[in-house]
Amino acid sequence: MAGFILKRLLQAIFVVLAVTLIVSFAIRLSGDPAVMLVGGAGSVTEQDLRNIRQALGLERPFFVQYLSFLQGILTGDFGRSFMGGTPVSLLISRALPATLLLAFASLLTSILLSVPLGIYAAVNRGRWPDQTIRILSLVGLSFPNFWLAIMLVLLFSIVLGILPPSGMEGPESFVMPALTMAVILTATNVRLVRTSMLETLSQQYIMVARSKGLRDRVVLYKHALRNSAIPLVTYIGLQFGGLVGGIVIVERVFNWPGMGTLAFDAISNRDYPVLQGTITVLALFIVLINLLVDIAYGLIDPRIRTE
Amino acid sequence: MSHTASRQFQDQALLSVRSLSVEFGRGDGAFKAVKDVSFDVLPGRTLAVVGESGSGKSVTSLAIMRLTDYTGGRITGGQVMFRPDGGEPIDLVKASDTRLREIRGNDIAMIFQEPMTSLNPVFTIGNQIAETLVLHQGLNGREARERARDLLQKVRLPDADRLLDRYPHQLSGGMRQRVMIAMALACNPKVLIADEPTTALDVTIQAQILNIIRDLQAEMGTAVIFITHDMGVVAEMADDVVVMWKGEKVEQAPVRDIFAAPQHPYTRALLSAVPRLGSLTGQPLPKRTPVMVMDGGVAKPVGGTHEQNTADYSKPLLQVEKLTTRFDVGKTFFGRVTHRVHAVEEVSFDIYPGETLALVGESGSGKSTIGRTLQQLVEPTGGTVRFDGRDMAAMSHAERRRLRQEIQYIFQDPFASLDPRHTVGYSIAEPIIVHGLIKDSKARERRVHELLEQVGLQPQHARRYPHEFSGGQRQRICIARALASNPKLVIADESVSALDVSIQAQIVNLLMELQERRRLSYLFITHDMAVVEKISHRVAVMYLGQIVELGSRQAIFENPQHSYTRKLLAAVPIADPQRERAKVRIEGEIPSPVRPVGQEPAIHRMREVAPGHWVAIEADSLRGAA
Repeated sequence: MAGFILKRLLQAIFVVLAVTLIVSFAIRLSGDPAVMLVGGAGSVTEQDLRNIRQALGLERPFFVQYLSFLQGILTGDFGRSFMGGTPVSLLISRALPATLLLAFASLLTSILLSVPLGIYAAVNRGRWPDQTIRILSLVGLSFPNFWLAIMLVLLFSIVLGILPPSGMEGPESFVMPALTMAVILTATNVRLVRTSMLETLSQQYIMVARSKGLRDRVVLYKHALRNSAIPLVTYIGLQFGGLVGGIVIVERVFNWPGMGTLAFDAISNRDYPVLQGTITVLALFIVLINLLVDIAYGLIDPRIRTE
Repeated sequence: MSHTASRQFQDQALLSVRSLSVEFGRGDGAFKAVKDVSFDVLPGRTLAVVGESGSGKSVTSLAIMRLTDYTGGRITGGQVMFRPDGGEPIDLVKASDTRLREIRGNDIAMIFQEPMTSLNPVFTIGNQIAETLVLHQGLNGREARERARDLLQKVRLPDADRLLDRYPHQLSGGMRQRVMIAMALACNPKVLIADEPTTALDVTIQAQILNIIRDLQAEMGTAVIFITHDMGVVAEMADDVVVMWKGEKVEQAPVRDIFAAPQHPYTRALLSAVPRLGSLTGQPLPKRTPVMVMDGGVAKPVGGTHEQNTADYSKPLLQVEKLTTRFDVGKTFFGRVTHRVHAVEEVSFDIYPGETLALVGESGSGKSTIGRTLQQLVEPTGGTVRFDGRDMAAMSHAERRRLRQEIQYIFQDPFASLDPRHTVGYSIAEPIIVHGLIKDSKARERRVHELLEQVGLQPQHARRYPHEFSGGQRQRICIARALASNPKLVIADESVSALDVSIQAQIVNLLMELQERRRLSYLFITHDMAVVEKISHRVAVMYLGQIVELGSRQAIFENPQHSYTRKLLAAVPIADPQRERAKVRIEGEIPSPVRPVGQEPAIHRMREVAPGHWVAIEADSLRGAA
């Protein structure tokens, strides 16, 4: 196991290197930050722009800039934002918890919904509860998340007035953003749990468990669920990565002060250091989640652990 | 059930199945798996329920504890009366779920066929045995663990203490089946249902498991319902026998009467199809004998008696010399190999035209690897293979292709080895197309029809798909496909092992008939000694990657010299209840062919004890152990 984790950590270094290189290169294709900085100011000379670029260190060759960025990461210094000079690490340390909390809340909601529903559908395969759950999950899949978000705001904030329409203040502010994300996730997770459970339920050891006289609940939640968990854990790991990175639309709609908003603004402003920093941290997180997923495999299934 | 019958039952039987019917599906698609079946199970006795696939025997066994509820089955009629300790008999068909759960695993327990899949892979052995004890006997965790350890010792598993914390995948199939037995016997059930408990095991392990079941039954006085298709096992285990056919009970009698004077035509057909070890004693050549086939409720003999004098010993077709095949397993962090599977070690043998050489051995003996190496599916590590005098290693690409045409393979599983999306005709024609044998499509079609007829099917079957055929028919199709490229050598790897005995007998006859007609050579790979005796001219016995004995069929069966050959022969259940049961005690696991790098196995030296009869020289220590 230790050797395995070491191997994955080595891989992780290469992944993060590749991601930072691509991001640093790509953002420089988006245009000149100096032009953004001076904004609509009329009397700007070419010399002024050059001075700004010089001050931001953008005159240096790309690889020199990239290497100094890498050097900064190693010492925990992500540089300063082009807009206002705030340290990027400070911006991230404010935005990351917001995003992670929302991602966790969404995933947790989704797991709590999809596991029992998926098992219920599997046990009642082909009968009406199964059909209903399948149709509902298809409906859930068909919603674009921004549309769903706006509908929720209309209903709960404007019509009923019971939930705040935006911002992150108090537990009630989590309800709508988390629910929006969870609906989409649950739609796929329910199907995954159902398929995986059906496969497990046809195994001989389930019949053995029943022949022992165990209750249905014990057979399903003790004997079957853990054996069906591997595909679910894999997928949730991927989803978490997707959530942390792809949460931007929902964060925009709910004006959530997270990483998505930070990255979005950084792109609009051609704020190289902020974008590089945000993406690097997100990449690190996704690599970390995948590592945790691999470790979880071992915990769930002794066959993987002892290999 | 009448009142008199009910009273009779109360006097004697522990479990009484009355007019039980089980149905799957509904409406027009409904399928009656069990029809009106009745039998009694008496305390301390073993009732064997025998039948072939589709006979309803397994459904019956599941229905007793109403486990059919979970497989989509419905009990449409009848009763299953069970008499708990000192209590009133209850009908399990009508019992509440709560009552049923109290009985399952406590009063009636079950052992299933597949030891590899009947234990939950994510829980320890100790956890799985203790679960039942905690549930039914109200033991606490520590008591249950102690009791689980005792149970593991009872099924003769060594090192029970450590086993409790191990996971199923760390155990061999035989060990898992013992754990399963320990689990089933945990609460001292009054009735034990064993559904083909040894079918998936090697013969020497099967012999051990059967002994354990028999001993524990004698010790605990359990009544056993033993579901099987193997008449040899029936003869060794049963007191009474119920024969099932197409969902119905066709005969019931004490075991000696079933074998001595079978009444129903199906029982007679079934018994005639069972290959019996020793049936060709004193005869030098393999022999085709008629097979009884059920035809409209009557058993009719098919085929004649025919000596298989086909082998031509002037010049060998295949010469295998010091063949070695190893696989790397286990690598360190830096990719260095730490362990190797020594699948085949310096194996030498010849096959002559028109001859059947049987390669027998248990799991891990390397017999299948030899077949795959000859078919060029696996690259050998060393040694030479000559076909028709040509060295395989020196062959050009084109010659190797040609060799693939001359050596064909028939696999074990006729369900998995045909592409379900292609017609049978296409599958048979494929080797003809691949090897460019017949270019004209009309001529090719004629050839496919011809092949289908040769294997006992009809030309119009060419347009159908595999799922429309039974297992036996599919194996015939696989044989037709193997013959399509006009091979000289056919490797049959456990090709009849998965078939019902009546079908098996027909396929064996077909293979022998084709051998005579086409002068085919067979490499017949199997673990089934009784089939080997019937089909082969010569036999090579394999153990841990090496041949330990090689000789004529008669020499191996009538004068076995190596201790392993003797052990293998002694382990085969004999379909004769008159014979004294289990004279020989067989112990020990089959050792693993995986070895650390650098620890090469010792190569046996062979000595010729009679012309053509070679035996590996055994160290005395080995002789003692076996």
